[in-house]
Amino acid sequence: MKKVFIALIPLSVFIGLIVLLYANLNNHSEVLPSPLIGKPIPTFEHPTLYSNQRLTQDDFKGQPWLLNVFGSWCPSCQYEHPLVTALANTGQIKVVGLNWKDESEDADRWLKRWGNPYHEILVDYEGDTAINLGVYGAPETFLIDAQGTIVYKIAGVLTQDIIQQKLLPLIKQMKTQSNNQGKTTP
Amino acid sequence: MTITMIKRYFFISLLLISPLSMAIEVYEFDNKQQEELYQQLTKELRCLVCQNQNLADSDAGLAKDLKDQVAEFVQAGQDAETIKSYMIDRYGDFVNYDPPMNASTVFLWFSPLVVFLLGGLILFINIRKKQHA
Repeated sequence: MKKVFIALIPLSVFIGLIVLLYANLNNHSEVLPSPLIGKPIPTFEHPTLYSNQRLTQDDFKGQPWLLNVFGSWCPSCQYEHPLVTALANTGQIKVVGLNWKDESEDADRWLKRWGNPYHEILVDYEGDTAINLGVYGAPETFLIDAQGTIVYKIAGVLTQDIIQQKLLPLIKQMKTQSNNQGKTTP
Repeated sequence: MTITMIKRYFFISLLLISPLSMAIEVYEFDNKQQEELYQQLTKELRCLVCQNQNLADSDAGLAKDLKDQVAEFVQAGQDAETIKSYMIDRYGDFVNYDPPMNASTVFLWFSPLVVFLLGGLILFINIRKKQHA
């Protein structure tokens, strides 16, 4: 009896390990919480890819917007691109691109090929704003409210689930808030 | 010039070039302290792309950018505390490559001790058994 018990120890350790690993399978610890949530978007001034002007964070104040960090060198950006396009096409939110460490010709070719859903495209050639935003990989997406506060951040590829369950409710909430504010102030 | 001579010159020039191409990440610091501070910081900050490496060991593009940034701050005379909090403000506590001791890491810190004690206990019981037998 005792021998059987001892023989079962390795098996139970093995099963225990399997359970532990399985439980953590969907726990992506490499996705980091951003310390920037609830903070104002860092100041920036960037040239744009097409409209030949320099834009700062203040140019986007007044309505909620989405900042999508992308690069033509980034395969996952191409993967999420149809979803970004679909979201921009609903007209529910202004989608701005941050072209991160990319050559303008490459970005242009990439956008001509896969479509350009962006309201504006900021060119962050040196990657300074990306560092200020705590970006550690493309794509990353930031939801920013009308006052310029970062409300939500997605590190990695956008999915239908994230858009439906996180982004759209937050956008709706921001819109009703600003509507209510509009009503209370005469 | 004969072919062999051209070849010889070619190889000599290759030897001259190679040390240059190896020195990719050389920053000029005013003094030894600054260089040491730079070395220390890039060892203590995590590369966020390849998360199990520090900045000093990583060749990732972002790691290069962050090293440039650290070098720039060090050259400007900033102290370790300021530079670290700059990184933590942007990337969170995780950018610290020195894992803090808290509820979620306590197992990590003490599991070697637990295994050691367990092994010691088994050894102790076995030796005592043998002595009694």
